[in-house]
Amino acid sequence: MTDERGSIIYLEDVTVDFDGFKALRHLNFIVNYHELRVVIGPNGAGKTTLLDVISGKAKPQSGRVIFGKDQDLMPLRENQIASLGIGRKFQTPSVYGNLTVWENLELSIKRESKGVFSTLWAKSTPGEAERIDGALVTIGLAEKRSVRAGALSHGEKQWLEIGMVLLQDPTLLLVDEPVAGMTDQETEQTGQLLQSLADKHSIIVIEHDMEFVRQIARTVTVLHEGTVLCEGPVEKIQSDPRVVEIYLGRKKEKASASERVN
Amino acid sequence: MTGQGRESGEGLSFWLVGFCLLIVLPILNVLPEAGSWLHVSDFTLNLFGKFLAFAILALGLDLIWGYTGILSLGHGVFFGLGAYAIGMHMMLSIGTESVYGSALPDFMVWNQVKELPLFWQPFYSAWFAVVAAVLVPTLFAALFGFLAFRSRIKGVYFSIITQALALSAWLVFNRNETNLGGTNGLTDFKTLLGFRLSESGTQRGLYVVTVLCLGGAYLLCRWIIRSRTGKVLVAIRDSEQRVLFSGYSPANYKLFVFVVSAALAGLAGALYVPQVGIITPAQIGVLPSIEMVIWVAVGGRGTLVGAVLGSVGVNLGRSVLTNHFPELWPFFLGGLFIAVVLFFPEGCVGLVRKVSGGWLSRKRNGDELDKSVAASEPGSR
Ligand SMILES: Nc1ncnc2c1ncn2[C@@H]1O[C@H](COP(=O)(O)OP(=O)(O)OP(=O)(O)O)[C@@H](O)[C@H]1O
Ligand SMILES: [Mg+2]
Repeated sequence: MTDERGSIIYLEDVTVDFDGFKALRHLNFIVNYHELRVVIGPNGAGKTTLLDVISGKAKPQSGRVIFGKDQDLMPLRENQIASLGIGRKFQTPSVYGNLTVWENLELSIKRESKGVFSTLWAKSTPGEAERIDGALVTIGLAEKRSVRAGALSHGEKQWLEIGMVLLQDPTLLLVDEPVAGMTDQETEQTGQLLQSLADKHSIIVIEHDMEFVRQIARTVTVLHEGTVLCEGPVEKIQSDPRVVEIYLGRKKEKASASERVN
Repeated sequence: MTGQGRESGEGLSFWLVGFCLLIVLPILNVLPEAGSWLHVSDFTLNLFGKFLAFAILALGLDLIWGYTGILSLGHGVFFGLGAYAIGMHMMLSIGTESVYGSALPDFMVWNQVKELPLFWQPFYSAWFAVVAAVLVPTLFAALFGFLAFRSRIKGVYFSIITQALALSAWLVFNRNETNLGGTNGLTDFKTLLGFRLSESGTQRGLYVVTVLCLGGAYLLCRWIIRSRTGKVLVAIRDSEQRVLFSGYSPANYKLFVFVVSAALAGLAGALYVPQVGIITPAQIGVLPSIEMVIWVAVGGRGTLVGAVLGSVGVNLGRSVLTNHFPELWPFFLGGLFIAVVLFFPEGCVGLVRKVSGGWLSRKRNGDELDKSVAASEPGSR
């Protein structure tokens, strides 16, 4: 994966079928190295499913999923994909509520082996402790290192999880609705954090909040009913009549039940 | 979870309790004359030996349920495998002292079995039996756990299939064709390693061995939960998905903790059977397996002390109650379980913590007060 030309993730003709319901249909999706890509789309468009496919949680019925130059992700399990360098932050914050902030980070850090027995004897090396300290500063939780994660606020949990994913040292970062439930100020800070990470990592961010999208986005992909509706710079996307329509259409749908935009 | 003061306090109480159980109780059994108020009778000592054997099992159960969040309703089976292994050896040691005077165990004579079945043969060796008592449940749990966890069976489904396991083990052990004594199980033991079981010295020795094993089991469990692997176990309970996506294989960790707890259950069974003198299918089936879970729940799951206290406490209550009002015990046990689930889900240890929580939390900068807040994070995608 030293060859940094070309794409870091490449999806070709991917279809995911949940008992007859196609969450993704013949999807093509490419992200290049050092790209910060935002994916938007109405509820149920298949955004989370797209991340599920990349991270191994959902297995497509057809298509190809290639990481880096030629690493096929289809046959791998979630933890194997994570070890390859794909980190994922979930839509609802998932942290270990009964462990301290420090322990949460300590478990997440990238390590040669994460098997039962090597972990039984493992101790953090000074280098690892330093990295954890660094992450604590990045996510603004240095003061709360020995607080149980369950006692953190919603926004702090979101950040903690971002910190955990960062310590996995991923080349590709998948971030699902990071600012849901955050205050304006927290949203802004999260945006800055993601942008600062984009120098070193490739990032895919899923977001609903258009304000936030404008803040961070370079290229935006719009998903709709399991396929890519359009793709391009954020200004172009915003003024694209089809995009306006699905977002407006969604509002109309709520008002008057049946009228469906196709 | 770790505070310096707490840790040294825990170490101190470990040695203190260990000293009382290992030295004081046996001395009080031997030195004061019977009838003195200080005297601990053979009966009491033996009873405690049984409870402490149960406590070994409870430690393992706590490891998998309390810490990892996996509810097994089949630990009676592993307990039974350990108990039967030692029981078989003791059956063979009876030799021709038996009622029928045959070298075969009585029940085989009764069932007109002419020759010792092949799988009984190695149990002539005491060491084989001791090793088998731990190894057989270990291997069995490894196989069962491998299949269950690899196919990602979890939550209620795992509990149900372990319960099915307990039921089928009960059925198999009940059959005369299994050649394990059927409904009556194995009993009438005379000696173990050449010592007569009826002598109080032998029973005292068994008690001491049980205390030592419990101490060892406690230290083992404590070491595991304090290691990073122990943190992964708690992490699995809090958010298995996060663990998986952090590069760990939760299935392997679950298998590990399942196997360790099965080994401890086997050890408990092995210590139980010579002290109680009988093992029957009724002690390893669905109900006993559930009862084991109740011990841990009552004591306080997620704390090793709770598991030990719960198993000793509930069984103490049982022997007191069944002496005076035998018909009340099932209701009492059921009521106890409901009370724990509804009113103090963290068990006795949790209750004590809550009550003393006021000043404890002030002492510890309040970072552990709201333990209940994150008892379970919602499963998330
Ligand atoms: N495991 C599953 N089984 C069945 N259907 C599913 C499953 N996962 C997702 N779906 C369906 O697939 C569709 C796409 O879901 P997905 O979660 O990818 O949407 P999304 O774009 O992330 O939406 P949101 O903005 O609400 O998060 C939805 O209609 C959803 O109900
Ligand atoms: Mg989603």
